[in-house]
Amino acid sequence: MNVTPVLAADGFAQNLFFYAIAAGMAFSAIRVVTVKNVVHAAMYLVLVLAGVGAQFILLASEFVAATQVLVYIGAVVVLVLFGVMLTRAKLGEDVNLTNDYWWLGAVSAVMVFGVMAYSLLDYYGDEPLDEAGANSQLVGNTEQVSDAIFGQYLVPFEIISVLLLGALVGAIVLARKD
Amino acid sequence: MDDVMLNQFLLLAAILFSTGVYGVLAKKNAILVLMSIELILNAVNINLVAFGAHNGTVAGSVFALFVIAVAAAEVGVGLAIVLLIYRNRRSVDLDDVAQMKG
Repeated sequence: MNVTPVLAADGFAQNLFFYAIAAGMAFSAIRVVTVKNVVHAAMYLVLVLAGVGAQFILLASEFVAATQVLVYIGAVVVLVLFGVMLTRAKLGEDVNLTNDYWWLGAVSAVMVFGVMAYSLLDYYGDEPLDEAGANSQLVGNTEQVSDAIFGQYLVPFEIISVLLLGALVGAIVLARKD
Repeated sequence: MDDVMLNQFLLLAAILFSTGVYGVLAKKNAILVLMSIELILNAVNINLVAFGAHNGTVAGSVFALFVIAVAAAEVGVGLAIVLLIYRNRRSVDLDDVAQMKG
């Protein structure tokens, strides 16, 4: 019997979707940092975050993808839009958002990307994602993720809960008007 | 070409990461800097989940979930601080926040 790993079964379709989504994500990410309107930047950020969620589904991690949509698109972007609303007198106005040393940032970003791309291509080369069908049993892995969180990673999970509570209290204390 | 490579996910994450680095360094609006930090954190999450799939374990997914939770806490506190700066000086321009400059 010859069982084909699920991820490798239709690699062509996966690659097609990967490159389509990745192109959109790269374009949107660059628009986030180049557009002159903060609200438009937040909207492009939604596209990037949705693309990241789609990549999680391509990597067969549907629970992380659902969390990505709920937490990032549902909560973080709304929070950012609240921040934009509360800190800007006029919405929809184009202003100069870039500081005088933006070219230094551009040079640093290009160099960081160059180093990372070179070392990744050098070290991983043509290594397939699915080594020996290792993740064929990972498809539909929500059950395994929950087992890991509430078993092996229980203590970090509880610490994260306390951290979220602390951040909640801290944000309220900082932002409320006395 | 038909095989899904590990590297394509890592290179996509590298693009997102470098874009975020540019945003953090070059933007003077505090909220845009926070958005760029979100880009960086998402790049890291793609890497974690891709390596998890590569190794055939769920550890990558679990770590990505922890990063998402920490990012939510970070953006909450960060926006509270930005609001406080705005309330004190009517501006979120990071070039204006320079009292510590010698």
